[in-house]
Amino acid sequence: MRNLIVFIWKNYFFFLFLILEVFSLVLISKNNYYQRTVMVNSTSDFTGGILEWSGNFWQYLSLKDANKILAEENAQFYNRLPSSFIKNDTNTFYFRDTLYKRQYSYISAKIIGNSTNRRNNYLKLNKGQIHGVKKDMAVITSNGLVGQVVEASKHFCSVMSVINTHTRISARLKSSSQIGTLKWDGKDYRTGTLIDIPSHVQIHVGDSVITSGYSYIYPEGHLIGTVEDFRIDRGDSFYTIDVRFSIDYNKVFYVYIVKNFFQDELLRLERNEMKE
Amino acid sequence: MPKIYGHISRFLILLLFQVLVLNSLNWGGYIYPAFYIYFILVLPFETAGWALLLSAFFMGLGVDYFSNSMGINAAASVFTAFLRPTVLRLLSSKRDYESNIRPGVRDFGIAWFLSYLVILVLFHHTILFFLEYFSLKGFLHTLLRIILSAVVTMLLALLVQLIFYQNEKK
Repeated sequence: MRNLIVFIWKNYFFFLFLILEVFSLVLISKNNYYQRTVMVNSTSDFTGGILEWSGNFWQYLSLKDANKILAEENAQFYNRLPSSFIKNDTNTFYFRDTLYKRQYSYISAKIIGNSTNRRNNYLKLNKGQIHGVKKDMAVITSNGLVGQVVEASKHFCSVMSVINTHTRISARLKSSSQIGTLKWDGKDYRTGTLIDIPSHVQIHVGDSVITSGYSYIYPEGHLIGTVEDFRIDRGDSFYTIDVRFSIDYNKVFYVYIVKNFFQDELLRLERNEMKE
Repeated sequence: MPKIYGHISRFLILLLFQVLVLNSLNWGGYIYPAFYIYFILVLPFETAGWALLLSAFFMGLGVDYFSNSMGINAAASVFTAFLRPTVLRLLSSKRDYESNIRPGVRDFGIAWFLSYLVILVLFHHTILFFLEYFSLKGFLHTLLRIILSAVVTMLLALLVQLIFYQNEKK
């Protein structure tokens, strides 16, 4: 026993190394899966505060781009206002209609932390639980997808970016209405990959890829990107389609967090499905 | 002990530089320079083993804490710290290290420092990027990322060395 202690004491450098290394590896396996960011995570208000402070600085350098994007977005929304339309039809009228029920509401948020050069990219936003942000809400801009909330602390939230190797999004080719799965292979942050589109479908470069609405997270029909290139790998009966994202993930500054009022209901259905 | 304050402030400066500046710059999606490892490279020779390992661990953990990658940077930098004494022994079998000097261009010249840098930075980045991806799929792509990132890290290290080398000569 005494010899053992002496042995460990003499080689403590190696044993300390072993302990620290094993501890790190345990941390990796416990925390690195995108849903299990529980123990310590950078959404905590301390790091969030520091990131917000530095984000203010970096965003100051890109104000010009941010303004341009916001102005374009405003123009789009003006185009949708009832006052931009002339009424042609005098027969229809509108009153409080119980046929419609609100499904989505939007919370605007500012990005305070972002990365595009990792395999698994995450963003930090300056809205959290007190603003009504919860796990599994979608994050979008007016012309593209950004990601989904994986965790919310009191004032901040952590978002798994679309450019994350864990991402799987149900997507649809707008021209042919075929449903596939969009993922990101961890290489170029400008392009994603759409799979599961059967090989008999006609595809053209430039076709729009939109969200399918089959997920309980993303609203239906939202633009993701356009087809850049497509091919059928040997022995495969499905296309592999390169999709050019409609937004530059390096130049996103303000986003919208989407709350789906029917999410719980859909999830409950799905859970019951699983039981049977 | 003013020296320990020097080390602590270098630790904090490098950590903040990594998480606030390097992590927010875009380098074309390929390059992620993990320059914080410089702290472990230039600790003095007489640094005790436990101090070396623990400071590497906390440096890595600090970077992880900010970038949602629990444990990856910690594992890579602890491993680098573990290799450091061996590499130092290999590189200088001929002359003994005196105390009170640090691995650097000033005391050992640029050729020695460069080889020291290449070995440890490549080890560190290799472990870091493979742990991040956790598979050998896309091996060549990962290799390209490792090399490009390591080159940027080494250039930064040389730059810092040369700036301080000039200052200390005056």
